[in-house]
Amino acid sequence: MNKIKVFVVLCLISTFAYAGGYRVSTQSNKQLAMGHTGVAVVNSADILFFNPAGIVHLENKLNVSAGGFGVFSDVKFQNEDFGTFSETDSPTGTPVYLYATYKVTEDFAVGLGVYTPYGSSVTWPTDWSGSHLVNEIDLSAIFIQPTLSYQLFDSVSIGGGPILAIGGVSFNRNASRTLTDEEGNRSNIGIEDSGVTAWGWSAGIMFTPTDKFSLGFNYRSLINIESTEGTATFSNFPNSTLTPSNGQTGFTATLPLPAELTLGISYKLLDDKLLLAFDYNRALWSEYNSLDLEFSNGVTSINPRNYKDASTYRFGAQYAATDKLTVRAGYYFDESPVQSGYFAPETPRNDSDGYTFGLSYLVTPKLSIDGSLLFLQFQDVTESYDFYFDTGSPIAAPFEGTYKSSAFIAGLGLTYSM
Amino acid sequence: MKKLNIKLIALFLASVAVVSCDEEFENSVEDGGVYTSGEADFTKYVTVGNSLTAGFADGALYLDGQLNSYPNIIAGQMQLAGGGEFNQPLVNDNTGGLLAAGVQILPNRFVLASDGMGNAAGPAVYTGAAPTTDITNKVTGPLNNFGVPGARVFHLAAPNYGSLAGVSTGTANPYFARFSSSDGATVIGDAAAANGTFFTLWIGNNDILGYATSGGVGVDNNETGNVNPATQGNNSITNNNVFGGVYQQLVAALTANGAKGALVNIPDVTSIPFFTTVPFNAIPLDGATAAFVNQSYAQYNGAMTAYAQTPLLTQAEADARIINFTAGPNAIVILDKDLTDLPDPTQPGQFLPKLRQATADDLVVFTAATILGTLADPNNPASVIGVGVPAGDNLVLTSNEQARITAAQTAYNSTIESLALANDLAYVDARSALADVASTGVPFNGGVLTSTYATGGGFSLDAVHPTARGYAFTANAIIEAINEKYGSTLPTVNIGAYPTVQLSDQVQ
Repeated sequence: MNKIKVFVVLCLISTFAYAGGYRVSTQSNKQLAMGHTGVAVVNSADILFFNPAGIVHLENKLNVSAGGFGVFSDVKFQNEDFGTFSETDSPTGTPVYLYATYKVTEDFAVGLGVYTPYGSSVTWPTDWSGSHLVNEIDLSAIFIQPTLSYQLFDSVSIGGGPILAIGGVSFNRNASRTLTDEEGNRSNIGIEDSGVTAWGWSAGIMFTPTDKFSLGFNYRSLINIESTEGTATFSNFPNSTLTPSNGQTGFTATLPLPAELTLGISYKLLDDKLLLAFDYNRALWSEYNSLDLEFSNGVTSINPRNYKDASTYRFGAQYAATDKLTVRAGYYFDESPVQSGYFAPETPRNDSDGYTFGLSYLVTPKLSIDGSLLFLQFQDVTESYDFYFDTGSPIAAPFEGTYKSSAFIAGLGLTYSM
Repeated sequence: MKKLNIKLIALFLASVAVVSCDEEFENSVEDGGVYTSGEADFTKYVTVGNSLTAGFADGALYLDGQLNSYPNIIAGQMQLAGGGEFNQPLVNDNTGGLLAAGVQILPNRFVLASDGMGNAAGPAVYTGAAPTTDITNKVTGPLNNFGVPGARVFHLAAPNYGSLAGVSTGTANPYFARFSSSDGATVIGDAAAANGTFFTLWIGNNDILGYATSGGVGVDNNETGNVNPATQGNNSITNNNVFGGVYQQLVAALTANGAKGALVNIPDVTSIPFFTTVPFNAIPLDGATAAFVNQSYAQYNGAMTAYAQTPLLTQAEADARIINFTAGPNAIVILDKDLTDLPDPTQPGQFLPKLRQATADDLVVFTAATILGTLADPNNPASVIGVGVPAGDNLVLTSNEQARITAAQTAYNSTIESLALANDLAYVDARSALADVASTGVPFNGGVLTSTYATGGGFSLDAVHPTARGYAFTANAIIEAINEKYGSTLPTVNIGAYPTVQLSDQVQ
């Protein structure tokens, strides 16, 4: 028995939530602690995110859960050919979530979810050696998802709902590797937009052949954040008609929040005290071909990205240690959508291993506190972005170096049911 | 059960500790884990030289030019392998220009101006901000960079070269006067007193360049045999023996404490756009004009043909001196003082002008660009300079004049190379490196570095001094020579990250 528990604990050393690109998998403290599995795990209202078909399976009439995370990430860069090095000083990310479900009848439930599945905040030292690609980027998106779920047959439920996405972006980089004003200040372009809305949808199905085994499938659609109302600021350009003028102008850009499909299973054993889960995610990143900025002053910036679809393999377990204490752990392997030669320092993420831990403590029979930790480990990766050209030069200037990323996420949440 | 929980939590935490460690690179550049200094000691790097060492560019010494000087770039790389801080006599601003007691004595930098409609126009003096560096405000504090714009080899050992009082009388150098340790100090004395553990020395460029940029109007002290350092004029070629003698003293001073270092040789003048930008045959004429111009040279041509039949003039020189314009681009007419003196048959006691048309072997100086094709006499349409009126001796570096330069340069470089060998120092072949830039160009991350004026990336708008990118290229050549000599592993820099020419329409 003890051996099994120890084994479970070690297996459950699971990780955290970056899923390559700018997807941040932190949509539940309970599930993050289990490697962010969940498409077939009926734990709490959090299932609304993982699989809308699951909310009808929640035992209580009303379920509410809410929580947040601190995302502490760090990227070190160095280039041994030239002796350059830099380290990000990124602000702490704070993804949050709120889910509420209500069981209208035994086979019909409704819910509302608010969560932040995409975001990226990377701050390099201003004018660092890759500043012509990015000084600073901050992406965020809030998803609001009303959801319906219906028990179709004894063993099959379905669910789904529309998603209203509200996105914002701020991005700053130098105009080129060398352009400066007369005082030597690097010429700079910043863009900013917020409150951009777009619609998508989520749908799921859950199959529960026995009360020990569940199988779930979820699909969330592509949402394109099309920015047309934002402001671009050109600064520190020299006083010359050979360069753009300083000042503000408009811009258009489209940032895809890619579709994602998840297939997963869960299995209960040891008198239902132990639950094991496995999820397979496929994020359809190949939608992200190029980040094209078209400024109203006639300047265009084409930045090939050429992302590929990427998979994530998630393993999680939870163990009800006592009536009040549930411990969780998990692991996931997260494949980066970034292809070789397209490794831009705005989302400098290679394949990673995530190790997650967490626990829930039942304060009252209705209220539990959920905590989770995620450690994301990246190997050193020597990569380059090969599609930058100095103005007027037909020869690309690859930006190459070795990156060492690390990330740590800690989260806290509450679950309430009655 | 409770006990077990505690154990499980402890196991969690232990696991957390295992997976959360190690966020550092295995070999960290920042922590000095990658590069080594070999047999050299980069603790204190001291550099001596002229404008190139100072970071002079665009006709001025300005702040960003100094920050991108090749010594500062090298020092930055040395800091990855045990190097210490590197102090330069920084000026105040990016305007360039120098003041003496509030009065401007040297002009602002050049910038590349546009025509106001999005096309590059040409170099112009920057007027966007007033110069603020006054030589009477002496630089204090320890220095590592003893580069003095304008210095010739013998200036470095000349007392009073940094005397403020001597600047106005022309006996001292305003740049050195800013940071000399005393009025009587010598550059080399101050540099030796800095007591570096490693040094670079790049001097001798001005010893031929003054002659070259003045179109060879000065004296070749090798021809005259003048070995007095005090009387090698501004536009002259420094005597080879003077060069060798002083250079040896400089090396002796810098190595007296056992410091290792690198000696940098002298590039070809043909590597710089000052001599390769203005073509020798830029003036196009139509057939009628060509015929008209030829008439005005008919008498001169006749005299050449006649003299060729006499022992006074070889047929070859006569052929070279026959002036003939045709429709299309024509070689300019130049004055060449190395041509043979010939009495004027029509005016006894007078000599014929020493005229010929330039050839591809003649180098037209950069400053001729704004002179050639203009009228010498505004009221005489036939007085086009380079056509009806010969281009002055100061506008063309003839092949004879180039030969004098090359002879001196070869002697200097052989002195430098043998002193490097004798003192077991690194020898940097800047001549070859810059010849590559000028001939084929040198590929780098993002382009090809060439010596083409304004657009090639290698040379600043004064057409003589490198851009920051050109200096970075130079720094790399020096770094490679140091690594080869001392077994160090200093990284080179990415020259594509260094700027070229500054754009601005805030000009005169």
